[in-house]
Amino acid sequence: MSLQDFINDAISPWMNDEGQDSDIVLSTRIRLARNLEQVPFPTSGDQSSQEKVLQHIEQEFNNQSYEDFKKFQLVKMADTEPVEKRVLVEKHLMSPNLAENSQTGAVLISENEQASVMINEEDHLRIQLYYPGLGLSEALQQAQKLDDWFEERTRYAFNEEKGYLTSCPTNVGTGLRASVMMHLPALTMTNQMTRMAPEINKLGLVVRGIYGEGSEALGALYQISNQMTLGKSEEDIIQDLQSVVSQVIESERQSREWVMQQSGIQLEDRIFRSYGVLAHSRIIESKEAAKCLSDVRLGIDLGLIKNISKTILNELMVLTQPGFLQHYAKKSLQPGERDWFRANLIRERLQLEQY
Amino acid sequence: MLCQNCQEREASVHYTQVVNGQKKEMHLCEQCAQGEGYMDFANENLSLHHFLTNMFPFDQTKDQSQQQMTSAQTIKCEGCGLTYHEFRHQGKFGCSQCYEAFSDYLDPIFKRVHSGNTEHVGKIPKRLGGNLHKHREINQLQEQMQQKINEEDFEEAANIRDRIRHLKEELHDDHGGEA
Ligand SMILES: [Zn+2]
Ligand SMILES: [Zn+2]
Repeated sequence: MSLQDFINDAISPWMNDEGQDSDIVLSTRIRLARNLEQVPFPTSGDQSSQEKVLQHIEQEFNNQSYEDFKKFQLVKMADTEPVEKRVLVEKHLMSPNLAENSQTGAVLISENEQASVMINEEDHLRIQLYYPGLGLSEALQQAQKLDDWFEERTRYAFNEEKGYLTSCPTNVGTGLRASVMMHLPALTMTNQMTRMAPEINKLGLVVRGIYGEGSEALGALYQISNQMTLGKSEEDIIQDLQSVVSQVIESERQSREWVMQQSGIQLEDRIFRSYGVLAHSRIIESKEAAKCLSDVRLGIDLGLIKNISKTILNELMVLTQPGFLQHYAKKSLQPGERDWFRANLIRERLQLEQY
Repeated sequence: MLCQNCQEREASVHYTQVVNGQKKEMHLCEQCAQGEGYMDFANENLSLHHFLTNMFPFDQTKDQSQQQMTSAQTIKCEGCGLTYHEFRHQGKFGCSQCYEAFSDYLDPIFKRVHSGNTEHVGKIPKRLGGNLHKHREINQLQEQMQQKINEEDFEEAANIRDRIRHLKEELHDDHGGEA
């Protein structure tokens, strides 16, 4: 497989569209948890009922299209190789949890990979919808339509007082989890995230930063999502998240300007050092790669690095994960080998940009 | 520091969750955080699981008598056979009937997780009809109207009255259509 083919494989078509505020927000996700009426939840461990759910979904929805979502394909865990499962997880089309349900788990994926529906994960159905950049209300609207489409051919477990019944008490009610993935390098650099994250938490939202001490994230990537699903309408949940995310975007923009004014040359140095590491290293760990990719992406957004496409952060984040590395290598890799392979892949990917 | 989940590997993913003013530090190894990947949208269950283990009121409040607790523990869902004790342990329901079976003990849990809320106010499946929405809206409007009357804002109260009348007409039409 050529590198270009491999990249096309790794990047879902919807990711190529530039969404709103895409200099800071990488993607938006809406997830709705639903269960079928009078069927035990997958958490009960009852295999025969899970099989029935799977059969029903296969019959009604496999190869079907709905408006913009063309040709849903059903991928059954039972027929899927471990490395392929891993790739689906790294593309965020399904959860690691689902990969473990190899008997009755499945995922229904739309052609453009914007919509996916996990079957027999923790709930019978988990409808997921992605949007590039910030697109909470659009994504919610589309997810609601998909939900209505599923409802036409199924009966949901619903209770007037508690709403949509889910296997976990944290999802009951709307079953809605709305998440926004943000790249916040300036807020991270200036230590403001350590102050802001608890403030955001107090508003009933969850901030998660990965790879780092405290609430700092090495890749400067954070996910902000709602915690509450009961007692608030879908629209209100989205609106509250939207207003917080907008404030965070504003603060990040101000911080970027401030850092450029205060220590422009240091910032430029840091960005180009990271660029150098990515372009020349022979061994690179995932954490270091995350940090350098974040710096380079900031350099692109600030106009300091001009000849590289913006999507490189999103792209290489997916490409350099273990499943994809092994998919590319066409063999399983030991952790040490991965670091070597990762460095190779990043160098090759950067060389593609020169043409 | 060891990973809170597997207790095997060194924790390298750290974050804090504060919900309802309660702070919870999370320390996980990379593998547990998301199977060696970068931050993952799909894998949210892990943190919620940790969150859940601290969510049950019985674990915190010792003022319940031992007897009461034992009797609650043995309640069993007819639908899936899950006991309340098992539910508390795994933090997951087994079927929709569990919500009925354990209903006496659930609201404190929902309150903790959902900022004091115990009632759904969002979307309603179409098959249950827009009627439910309309009934709710009428109730809300009636409360608002009463408040406006108390505030002697009669103009606004009259507006609300008209909206209620309109909704009631719609309800009537819906029923007419079904008959
Ligand atoms: Zn661990
Ligand atoms: Zn049950």
